[in-house]
Amino acid sequence: MMKPLRDVGIVGYGAYLPRYRISAEEISRVWKMGEDNLHLEEKAVPGLDEDTTTIAIEAARNALRKANLDGSKLSAIWLGSESKPYSVKPTATIVAEAVGATPHTTAADWEFACKAGTEAMQAAIGLVGSGMADYAMAIGADTAQGRPGDQLEYTAAAGGAAFIVGPQEESMAYLEGSHSYVTDTPDFFRRPNQQYPTHGNRFTGEPAYFTHTMMAARQLMDELGYGPEDYDKVVFHQPNSKFPVRVAERLGFEEEQYRDGLLVPYVGNTYAASSGIGLAAILDKADPGERILLASYGSGAGSDAFSFVTTEQITRGRNPIPLVSDYVRRRRQIDYARYARQRGKLVMY
Amino acid sequence: MRKVYVVGIGQTPVQEHWDRSARDLAADSTLQALEQAAIDKADALYVGNALSGELTGQEQVAALVADFAGLTGTEAVRVEAAGASGGAAVRLGYLAVASGVHDTVIVTGVEKMSDLPGPVVEEALVTSTDEEYEAIHGLSLVALHALLMRRYMHDFDLERSDFAHFSVNAHRNGVHNPCAMYRRPISVEAFERAKLVADPISLLDSAPAADGAATVILCSEDVAGDKARSSVEIIGSALATDAVALHDRPNPLFLRAAHQSAQKAYAQAGVGPEQIGIFELHDAFAILAALSLEACGFAGEGQGVRLAMEGEITLEGRIPISTMGGLKARGYPLGASGVYQIVELVQQLRSEAGANQVEARLGMAQSIGGTGGTAVTHILKSPH
Repeated sequence: MMKPLRDVGIVGYGAYLPRYRISAEEISRVWKMGEDNLHLEEKAVPGLDEDTTTIAIEAARNALRKANLDGSKLSAIWLGSESKPYSVKPTATIVAEAVGATPHTTAADWEFACKAGTEAMQAAIGLVGSGMADYAMAIGADTAQGRPGDQLEYTAAAGGAAFIVGPQEESMAYLEGSHSYVTDTPDFFRRPNQQYPTHGNRFTGEPAYFTHTMMAARQLMDELGYGPEDYDKVVFHQPNSKFPVRVAERLGFEEEQYRDGLLVPYVGNTYAASSGIGLAAILDKADPGERILLASYGSGAGSDAFSFVTTEQITRGRNPIPLVSDYVRRRRQIDYARYARQRGKLVMY
Repeated sequence: MRKVYVVGIGQTPVQEHWDRSARDLAADSTLQALEQAAIDKADALYVGNALSGELTGQEQVAALVADFAGLTGTEAVRVEAAGASGGAAVRLGYLAVASGVHDTVIVTGVEKMSDLPGPVVEEALVTSTDEEYEAIHGLSLVALHALLMRRYMHDFDLERSDFAHFSVNAHRNGVHNPCAMYRRPISVEAFERAKLVADPISLLDSAPAADGAATVILCSEDVAGDKARSSVEIIGSALATDAVALHDRPNPLFLRAAHQSAQKAYAQAGVGPEQIGIFELHDAFAILAALSLEACGFAGEGQGVRLAMEGEITLEGRIPISTMGGLKARGYPLGASGVYQIVELVQQLRSEAGANQVEARLGMAQSIGGTGGTAVTHILKSPH
């Protein structure tokens, strides 16, 4: 388990979801004559002029407003994503400039499939916890692509979540400790010249998602001396609606503990933002003094686990800054044709 | 022809062995059997394996298994007959000993199916059909069996749910087999609700692709010596083929190869189906289980499913099948399954089957390739 010398916590957080939704039923209508088994309702689709950058900026701005912090106070803008607009050129610098954090700051893009955002969070904890900085922002944002007609197309969605790490005294939720569990497990990958990733099918289950998530969570809980009953809420990476529920049950958690953070049935898998948006949704509704466990998962593979406890300041800034539920409710349904156009699947040349 | 005894058995659990390779599994079951037989070498090794090249990029599998099992230099060859590879390997092992050419042989069945994604494995399975006339038209193995099931349902006036009892029985028995892939019971309702794979075949009606290895050690009466009295004997062994393409068979609902190989095995053993106490049949799909029962004389034409509906295939029934889970619940590592069937029969006939124990003097195992192009039948006798 890792814990910095200086006590730190989340001083502000924010999320963003694009407004468009395509239903699983609609995707099934186009590809499977409507005969597929559907495990979620719909997923979030970015608009024509949205991408990981714009999504990250929205989430970052919400986080700064919630923290009541000026962007220039940030010493790091670290963005985790697997759908960055550039292969070479940081997206984080665009976000940093947009929120007023430049020029006296660090900025970088992080990559570890769906746990890139929580990797950035581990690092942000280190930066602030070491005393090198007072505020560091970790963002997870993605506009995931699913190969047309593929099983993953039902869930590959878009969204972003930003967390500002700062001193414990100013936190809405302070950190008790964190742990990361990582191995070289190639369950899901994409070479540079590939448009869509290669999915390891059943290999992405037990040896990948479940092993890493459970090992990180168990190690953290063991070292903190906690059991599932000590937590008020828990949130995991949500690639589909079955895995996070199954891993919660196997770790001994109940439905009322994971309910608040389980958003995949309504917004799909937002990849690097997945567990982060779930955490944001939990924080939106939490009372002071609630203990929360987050265990992300990224293919390749690994899991970052964090134990937070909310403070009296958790209720600050809930109004008028949009809650996750506001973004979930703000929706416009589109059909497959619109979706294909918006996701760049219709190529004219 | 000499008598042939089974003096050692070994098996690995059947599952998706993410971190074990085919050679690792094969060496494991082989060493288990060698230890049980208290020997450390043999005259020959026959390896039953169907898709090593397609699924793992490895051919010359028999030499590899011999080497990794500490039997470097041993005469070894791989036997392939699609899903019947394991049974066919047992057949060749039997022939080697019965003919007097070899005194002790090892038969190991091994299959590693989890290194590639499901759809790729489905494509590889299609190599057991007629490539130029069936596969080329996009007919998958499950689709061909679906055609058989649909025809059968039409001819004999049955519902899809009537076939549930094969899977329900298999899963019930899998619960008490520590090597089985699926160890939870399923209900008729679950069978009815299961997702269709190729109408009318559902997810709960298809044996699962998996990884596993099983081994039997066969030897002559001389080599067995005093142990012969307490060893299971193979008293019937036969292999037959049929047209590979379903459309080339005069009656696709009659498994000619299964029938012929069973008849020959019965004749050799001097028995009929009435004397068989256990039948480890090839339940890759419920329809195949039903047709096997009919082809081998346990049920009349179109009565195979009714036999199951009447409960006669359970451990307590007239002709227990899939007593350790069968292909459906123990799992179906393709080329290894035929050897698992023999291993399980030996456990039964030695009274080592635990909660699944059936009192029987004679047991029959039958392994089928593709939709019935190859069938190999063995009849085993208990020691007492």
